Amino acid sequence: MSKQKVVVVGNGMVGHKFIDNLINHDQADQYEVITFSEEPRLAYDRVQLSAYFSGSTADDLMLTSGQYYEENGVKYVLNEKVVGIDKAENKVITASGREEAYDKLVLATGSFPFVPPIPGKDQPHCLVYRTIEDLEAITASASESKVGVVVGGGLLGLEAANALKNLGLEVHVVEFAPRLMAVQLDEGGGQLLRQKIESLGVHVHTEKNTKEIVAGEALRYSMNFADGTHLETDMILFSAGIRPQDELARQFDLDIGERGGITINNFCQTSTNNIYAIGECALWNNRIYGLVAPGYTMAKVAVSHITGGDESFTGADMSTKLKLLGVDVASVGDAQGRTPGCLSYVYQDGVAQVYKRIVVSEDKTRLLGAVLVGDVDAYGTLQQMCVNGMDLPENPEALILPAFDGAASAGMGVDALPEAAVICSCNDVSKGQICCAVQEGATTIGAIKSATKAGTSCGGCVALATQVMNSELEKLGVEVNTDLCEHFAYTRQELYHLVRVERIQSFDELLAKHGKGLGCDICKPTAASILASCWNDYVLKDEHAPLQDTNDYFMANMQKNGTYSIVPRVAGGEITPDKLIAIGQVAKTYNLYTKITGGQRIDLFGAQQHELPLIWKELIDAGFETGHAYGKSVRTVKSCVGSTWCRYGMLDSVGMAIRIEDRYKGLRSPHKLKFAVSGCTRECAEAQSKDIGVIATENGWSLYVCGNGGMKPRHADLFATGLNDEMLIKYIDRLLMFYVRTADRLQRTSVWMDNLEGGLDYLKSVVIDDKLQIAGELEQEMQHVVGTYQCEWKTTIEDPEKLKRFRTFVNSDEKDTTIKFVEERAQIRPATDEDMVKFVDATEPAMA
Amino acid sequence: MSDSNKNWVPVCDAVELQPMLGVRALLENEQVAIFRVQDQLYALNAIDPFSNAAVLSRGIVGSLKDQIVVASPLYKQHFNLATGVCLEDDTVSVKTYAVREEGGKIQLATN
Repeated sequence: MSKQKVVVVGNGMVGHKFIDNLINHDQADQYEVITFSEEPRLAYDRVQLSAYFSGSTADDLMLTSGQYYEENGVKYVLNEKVVGIDKAENKVITASGREEAYDKLVLATGSFPFVPPIPGKDQPHCLVYRTIEDLEAITASASESKVGVVVGGGLLGLEAANALKNLGLEVHVVEFAPRLMAVQLDEGGGQLLRQKIESLGVHVHTEKNTKEIVAGEALRYSMNFADGTHLETDMILFSAGIRPQDELARQFDLDIGERGGITINNFCQTSTNNIYAIGECALWNNRIYGLVAPGYTMAKVAVSHITGGDESFTGADMSTKLKLLGVDVASVGDAQGRTPGCLSYVYQDGVAQVYKRIVVSEDKTRLLGAVLVGDVDAYGTLQQMCVNGMDLPENPEALILPAFDGAASAGMGVDALPEAAVICSCNDVSKGQICCAVQEGATTIGAIKSATKAGTSCGGCVALATQVMNSELEKLGVEVNTDLCEHFAYTRQELYHLVRVERIQSFDELLAKHGKGLGCDICKPTAASILASCWNDYVLKDEHAPLQDTNDYFMANMQKNGTYSIVPRVAGGEITPDKLIAIGQVAKTYNLYTKITGGQRIDLFGAQQHELPLIWKELIDAGFETGHAYGKSVRTVKSCVGSTWCRYGMLDSVGMAIRIEDRYKGLRSPHKLKFAVSGCTRECAEAQSKDIGVIATENGWSLYVCGNGGMKPRHADLFATGLNDEMLIKYIDRLLMFYVRTADRLQRTSVWMDNLEGGLDYLKSVVIDDKLQIAGELEQEMQHVVGTYQCEWKTTIEDPEKLKRFRTFVNSDEKDTTIKFVEERAQIRPATDEDMVKFVDATEPAMA
Repeated sequence: MSDSNKNWVPVCDAVELQPMLGVRALLENEQVAIFRVQDQLYALNAIDPFSNAAVLSRGIVGSLKDQIVVASPLYKQHFNLATGVCLEDDTVSVKTYAVREEGGKIQLATN
């Protein structure tokens, strides 16, 4: 049997989804696929388009590759517009005259941005926001502009405004309607969104009808509005909605809706049976869907129909959850409350800047819609309740009221969801499929993602998918307990969040608000570390002292016989002869065992509790500061000798190592951190086995992250290349603070990375592309830590009250007689039980 | 034996013993770790039986399963402050001492 030929016009997200579904279908071998793209590249992620402005390249956004198509026998032609359809002969004709016969034709031509017919709209710096080429034009225009205006305050407009803001422009949003996101939000939500966006420095102008665009006086253009006002700007971005790209269908006599769009039936067939239309060019039930998820569903339905299946398109849920300019916004179902007789509950918190509204049916049994601004945690629950027509709880308002004092949230559990509930709408994954995957052995969200594809597109459903997974695991008898310890029913990450958000300053406060019992040696040091990461108080302050592990408390490392070792900071391993002599002198005075550490510092062993302040007094006088060898904090930055001395060195690795060590010294983190900087790719500092590794190249610094030597070695991942000093520091700031925020207790960066959903790519999207829009916060938080650094030992020896804590006995100046040393290789070491040789009294200075 | 029949030795001012922070005292030739937890005083031998190092006064104090405990800073076993019994291995325990606050002083009993 000869293969059926399927021609796909348009290779956007939906066109590609269709092809991907078809080539992965059981009957894939019965079809031959060819696709034409008007754009110079294959499908890319238009939803993530704005990431392009924060560093993602066109390659990063690609959804497929020529190689993938070739491997699967898909032919593709780029830069080729289909201009004709010969319905009689069943063939298409392209702009260059190429003819291609088809058995089935799929139109996935998408949409184009609507530009209102304003006189002056066709001038050079008047642009649209749709393709990568548009973005290139915007970047070029922005480089010659100071002020930018976005016309349109909808979803895409705000997205575009964010892009302009990232490009460093003063940004204005001009909207015809009385509020922002008029389609998704009600008035209250729109108002709060406006306030939040204005507080970010974006100017919002509503109820403005642009009459004309003329030359400006101070800036390039002046936009003159119908109400007589005007606004000057250097560039204008039109983002006033989309129109279906239906020109081809129109010309070749397929049915078109009154206001555009190719009419399709429930199987995505157009008025001509063997021609299908899917995505934003298609009109179903008089409706155009401007979201990717419904387009994906159409792609699936069309594949099903072509291959003889019986799936049909029955409409799509238009609920959305987004972060616009860093503001959380969500809209579910009938958000405007247009259903006759419907009732609303509204919760508004002017202090926390939160607005929530739910719309319920007249008889209060069903949820019809919701608007959430500022806090969208309830989105998953509300969306599922709405889509699945589930029963409302007795007091529906509980769905949007905040939970206090750890009371269980009033939201429904995932158990209440029907098996058919779609958890991931991008990839059409149901609760049942996730449960199945769990039963088949997927027990982590990463495994769920690979098994079902849930959560792999927009990621909005990951929280809900995790809940479904955990609930299923519990049903299977697998205990899912992520509590830190018996005192706190939270993970470290959650505790960190509570401390930050509620500005909690002490363990007692944290325990009173969120814990029980007295705490223990698990939660106390964890809390101490979190408090230090957030507020960077002196660790021996009365309220913090009892939380510290002995190492943090005595600011030295306890060794096997109860004595301590001391490591002064030797940033980057660079040390002057005078300082070397000073360390030697101290070691001699107190008869300490000395050793060069793996991190290029000098470790002094065998100091007793009461000797620590005496030793540190001498070290501080000699210009040393604490090396934090004891803390879950930044240890060393190893370096090679670098370009200053080395004949191969590309950059000054010693200088950078010192800069990094000085910047992050004192940062308390979930686990210890080790860094290294190599001056060239010979890698003498072994940077690729460190948490943060930096290697000089002729094009700048390469940054490697989340490596580990030690017990479970992990080679670091290459994170970014060609960085200058400032970008390098910026990325390290963000990455470390993100780790501090999100890692588990005592979790090394290597394990953290391995457990991070989305792995390296996700980390890049957060740190480099600022996908979560927290980069600024992370940098600020790091700056706080950097700015409040103090040498804990210096503070301590200046405080006589604190020094009392170092006495061996509160009631005697006697020495601890349990401590015995013997000599080995001309230095002391702890005596073992077997040691019957002569004891050296450790407290007798060797020089006496 | 009632408190009055014991031989009480003052070891430090009461204000020197901060809640949740152990101190070490020398009682004749024994090293004693003293703690104050929720206004209750506890004293036990400072030598950690798992390492034979005198480190118990330097452990973190807290509660586990309704017992008041100190965690050894060396190998992290927990000892019940009231009984001296190790939670991880109840065949191991450390000696406890009578302790009280009297006239602004912390006192230990020698027998």
